[in-house]
Amino acid sequence: MAIGMLQEKWPGKVNETVIGADKSRGGTRSNVVKTGGEASLPFLFHEGVFPHKPVIAFEIWDTAPADWPDELNKSLSGVYNDPLAWADKCINEYKAELLCVKLQGAHPDFGNRSADAEAKFISRLLKKVSVPLVITGCGDDAKDNQVIPACCEAAKGERCLFGDAVQDNYKTLAAAVSADGHSIIAESPIDINIAKQLNILISDMGLPVERIVMNPTIGAMGYGLEYAYSIMERARLAALSGDKMMASPFICFVGQETWKAKEARVSAVEFPSWGPETERGIIWEAMTAAALLQAGADILVMRHPKAVEKVRGYIDELMRGNTP
Amino acid sequence: MALSGLDIYKLLPKTNCRECGFPTCLAFAMQLAKKAAAVDKCPYVTEEAKAALESAGRPPVRLVSIGSGERKLDIGNETVMFRHEEKFRNPCGIGFIIDDGMADPEIKKTLRRIHELTFERVGQKLSVDLIAIRQNSDKKRFCDVVKMVSGNTACGLVLMTGDKEALQDALELTKGRKPLVYRLTAENVSSLVETVKRYRVPVVAASVTLDGLSVLTAELDKQGITEIVLDTGMKPLVEKIWDMTQIRRLALKKSARSLGYPALAVIDKTDRFEECMEAATYILKYGGIVLLKGTEIWQALSLLTLRQNIYSDPQKPLQIEPKIYPVGAVTDSSPALVTTNFSLSYYTVLSEVEASKVPAYILSVDTEGMSVLTAWAAEKFTPAQISASMKKSGLENMVAHRNLIIPGYVAVISGELEDASGWKITVGPKEASGIPSFLKNLYNKPEFVNS
Repeated sequence: MAIGMLQEKWPGKVNETVIGADKSRGGTRSNVVKTGGEASLPFLFHEGVFPHKPVIAFEIWDTAPADWPDELNKSLSGVYNDPLAWADKCINEYKAELLCVKLQGAHPDFGNRSADAEAKFISRLLKKVSVPLVITGCGDDAKDNQVIPACCEAAKGERCLFGDAVQDNYKTLAAAVSADGHSIIAESPIDINIAKQLNILISDMGLPVERIVMNPTIGAMGYGLEYAYSIMERARLAALSGDKMMASPFICFVGQETWKAKEARVSAVEFPSWGPETERGIIWEAMTAAALLQAGADILVMRHPKAVEKVRGYIDELMRGNTP
Repeated sequence: MALSGLDIYKLLPKTNCRECGFPTCLAFAMQLAKKAAAVDKCPYVTEEAKAALESAGRPPVRLVSIGSGERKLDIGNETVMFRHEEKFRNPCGIGFIIDDGMADPEIKKTLRRIHELTFERVGQKLSVDLIAIRQNSDKKRFCDVVKMVSGNTACGLVLMTGDKEALQDALELTKGRKPLVYRLTAENVSSLVETVKRYRVPVVAASVTLDGLSVLTAELDKQGITEIVLDTGMKPLVEKIWDMTQIRRLALKKSARSLGYPALAVIDKTDRFEECMEAATYILKYGGIVLLKGTEIWQALSLLTLRQNIYSDPQKPLQIEPKIYPVGAVTDSSPALVTTNFSLSYYTVLSEVEASKVPAYILSVDTEGMSVLTAWAAEKFTPAQISASMKKSGLENMVAHRNLIIPGYVAVISGELEDASGWKITVGPKEASGIPSFLKNLYNKPEFVNS
């Protein structure tokens, strides 16, 4: 007796979000990034469309990071003091199709740059590079509420993805993003209910749900990865079952979390039983990314060029199976 | 999946003929559900109903054991598609392939490397499980390598050969070790099955299609071979994910007995990163065993860590006993830090305190296994609870000072905690990685410990 396949057919699908505006969309980007739109669980291509491949955004900062480990510094420290050169390197040398710029320099403890200065920086960056941008604040709510609106205005019409809106601080960001035609990252603390609530609150402010991307908050492998993995699986199952308010694409800040992990940081001298640190750091970032892709990640924000190269290869290998 | 009495009743003839010895079919069904009667008491029950009852009585994914002794590997017995539905039960076995074409010194070196691949994370010992010997030379060479490997490892063994005589000799050499035989196919099953039966060892059944697999396992089942691992062969990553997902789904949701076994994947990639990421994929997506060639430390450390994460119980976070843990050569002037009893929080703090080389006390507060921020948000890490825990643990008798260091993420509670405990509160770093420099600087300030 032949065994019939058991195929799931889902009534819902993930919302499709476009990052970047090219000429036809009223912006100046050379390419746009389309994300989301899946109608199946990750990479089960027989069961529903999977229209866009997951995308990797290179993370760059507006100010030199002080505590990034040597393994990252080896590749990147030469450009830490010049964010435009850093962006350029990611695009030309590492073939970035999306950049995620963190405005860390606006933080009161790390430079306290003014909203005006950051807006000017974003304008310069937009002139310098033609890929779409994800732009995130420094994490200080009060400061982000000044800086992000100024940057939204500076990037008006370029359809950037701005973040992060959180449950206690979303109104200013959502209003600015909405006014200037951008999209927003809604961040929830590994909590599916807050994620949904925040999506509802933001869309109630008039921002179409297609312009929301969810940051479920992740932990690196060994540091709570499994919590994010399961929250993402649950949210994605809800989305596919038809819950529009859970159907935003996921953005995962893989680099930021991975390079905090001890396994990615310590040298073989300090920890001989863990072996050489170069590959260890890279695999930590690449495997964390791979696991999140299998839970439904759409955008991965990453740091190490070699880890990016490996994850890109992994995505390409998966997507080669995407033949209708 | 156990059937209820009513489920079983639906499968019976419903004629109340009493030939089974019970007054009604429903009464009989109730006894069947309690396993107090056997279904063959009913002379009219259909084959279909019998099969349904039998398959309901056994786990949807069979438990398979490979190896013996303390390194015995149990796989299978899985009950869910997603870990949040309950949990994944038996961690995917991780093994390494040794080709018999390798030179002896190289094999010995590889074995030594494999045995060094053990790590401790959050209080658990992690190690790899299997060594697979692949025949690529003649029978004698294969058996020599099997002998060398089995004599030098306690890991479970996989014998990768399709040669009847080589298999026979290798099984004789590994008697009592319960190796996994790789692999039986439609083509070789008739020639190998007797040998496998004689040694009562688990086998890999292989076919590129699920239909083929299903026919093969049914045949093996008939022959009395029940410890089976499924293999759909080398395929592109996405097709492998599909196969693994279908096998698990059909076993769980369609009670497909012929696919109700754990699945195996052999990875054949030369790039060590790619190999490792493919292995990771099968750990996530329903693999019972992954076999690879690379034995780099970073490969094993990352795969074992991922496996530990994914197979952890979502309902029960790993916890440690809430109490005071002295680290290093503590005295009554050593600093005291507080964290939660979530294993990950505690062990992260512990490893950084150790790295600082500053002897210190760590007070782990009972937060029911929640991390610092989660516990704080859930009101399990409040000033009242922390000060109660300080009293209960006897911290005041261990240190002469009255200073407590709290995680930077809960800086907001410092005032209230000072009031509640009467101790001076110092806000530590947000991330544990900041602890070494924090403690060293602290130590340079004698007024801190003496005040």
